Amino acid sequence: MNKFALVDCNNFYVSCERAFNPSLNDKPVIVLSNNDGCAIARSEEAKRYIGMGAPIFKHMDIVKEQNIHLFSSNYTLYADMSHRVNEVLSQFSPNIEPYSIDESFLYLSSNRNIDLNQYGIEMRNKVLKWTGIPTSVGIGPTKTLAKIANKLAKKNKMCQGVLDITNHARMNDFLASVEVDDVWGVGWKYAKLLKRNGINTALDLRDANESWIKKKMTVQGLRTVLELKGTPCIELEETVQDKKQIVNSRSFGMDIDKYEDLSEAIASYACRAAEKLREQDSICSHISVWIKTNGFKDDPQYSKSISCRFPEPTSYTPLIIKYSLHLLKKIYKSGYKYKKAGVMLMDLVPAENTQFNLFIKINHSRNKKLMEAFDKINNSWGSQTIRCAASGFARPWTMKRNRISPMYTTDWNDIIRVN
Amino acid sequence: MKVTEIGIFASDKHLELPLTSIKIPCGTGFPSPADDYIEERLDLNKLLIEHPAATFYARVEGDSMIDAGIYHDDILIIDKAKEAKHQNVVVAWINGEFTVKTYYIDPRLGKLFLVPRNDKYPPQEVTPEMDFTIWGVVTYNIHKL
Repeated sequence: MNKFALVDCNNFYVSCERAFNPSLNDKPVIVLSNNDGCAIARSEEAKRYIGMGAPIFKHMDIVKEQNIHLFSSNYTLYADMSHRVNEVLSQFSPNIEPYSIDESFLYLSSNRNIDLNQYGIEMRNKVLKWTGIPTSVGIGPTKTLAKIANKLAKKNKMCQGVLDITNHARMNDFLASVEVDDVWGVGWKYAKLLKRNGINTALDLRDANESWIKKKMTVQGLRTVLELKGTPCIELEETVQDKKQIVNSRSFGMDIDKYEDLSEAIASYACRAAEKLREQDSICSHISVWIKTNGFKDDPQYSKSISCRFPEPTSYTPLIIKYSLHLLKKIYKSGYKYKKAGVMLMDLVPAENTQFNLFIKINHSRNKKLMEAFDKINNSWGSQTIRCAASGFARPWTMKRNRISPMYTTDWNDIIRVN
Repeated sequence: MKVTEIGIFASDKHLELPLTSIKIPCGTGFPSPADDYIEERLDLNKLLIEHPAATFYARVEGDSMIDAGIYHDDILIIDKAKEAKHQNVVVAWINGEFTVKTYYIDPRLGKLFLVPRNDKYPPQEVTPEMDFTIWGVVTYNIHKL
């Protein structure tokens, strides 16, 4: 049977900080959102004091009292570490889908006659040794079950970070312990509906009446039910999007070596990622681009990622494409056969400016006309006569990043110091 | 924001192609006959870095390793993938700071030491109660002449 593994980095942003600053081990650590606003990552030690998403200025007393270490988010570092983790993971499967900055699905094909639990432990150990990042590994016959296995592996100390849930004797107990809200692909609206109808856990959902589910939750909901039963419906690279980052990455049908072809792929991923960003009414501050060759071939190998920050948060397609291509140009090397490329948008915040909706949900020919009109006006009246609302007018976005850690892996001035 | 980049939208249709349909005229099936003769310029990365995903750098402060050819302000190349062996130069985390030293395992005494390579400094024994981990093995040192 083919299986999926979900590898999730534990408290990823905090773990990145700790990888280069072991004095933070066993201490409460919190990483703050854009502008040093809210807690977006918490170490285990900090979880009991500060809630996820809590505005930190309201909790400064407890921060001082408990000596909680605060950091501004360092997306340059996190994106690089994320790429390193994926590089290590791709030694374990030729099919890997980075799903968010700290999670990846691996496709484990059935012809490997190996103990997958053991395989998961090897993955975990290798990622930890090579990068310093601790992970949890969940394995199951479907992506939805792999997600659940991952959650349980993280919670249950006995698992030591790895759980293969496939045909597990305790499957029903496991599913009963997972709230229906926590099942992958069940949004909070559907969770409410399900709970009103007595479907409270993943087990209830698995055993729910399929036609009722299809009626109430469309075919998407039915897919989730089938996945819980062990029938794979969601393939690799077919993504139910996370809200914290937007990742668009694909393996190519054939190897690509020309810059032009690669740039076309990157531009289309960036374009789609920007669309997704606007679908969820967000803007982003960081972008990362990566390319890699097929690690399972004998050809020369190359794998590289790079990230940068936008001058101000944006969801403006042309700008996002421009940046993605600029980054691609920096990492592209000729002479390699590329197998995979991706774009990730990070550091998302809600696009509060409603004027921005101009760019949402309009068809492409209109969009194009709009852009042309936009161009014309600016050309005749001077640039910036009309501009993208999201880029702001008063530029309140001189971002506060007072507590940012060094760029340990991307700036020679910031590498660790040893004596 | 500059508006010149809006031009990219002109290629909208192009961008909407599913990737699999991108035409690659010079497919991998027909390698150019010149490929065999292409010699790439020497690349230090390839020479110095065996495990790119596990390779990190550190700046040296101080003179405790000068007899090993490691001087103040040098840049160390550190490979975390490697297993630290007896007499490797390692970057270790000990008692709240990073340090570069020679890793010395004494199986007879059952003891571990971090040994400086400068007579001014004594070896340090690593004891279990210390906050100690080997962060990575130093594979090369970059020293400006």
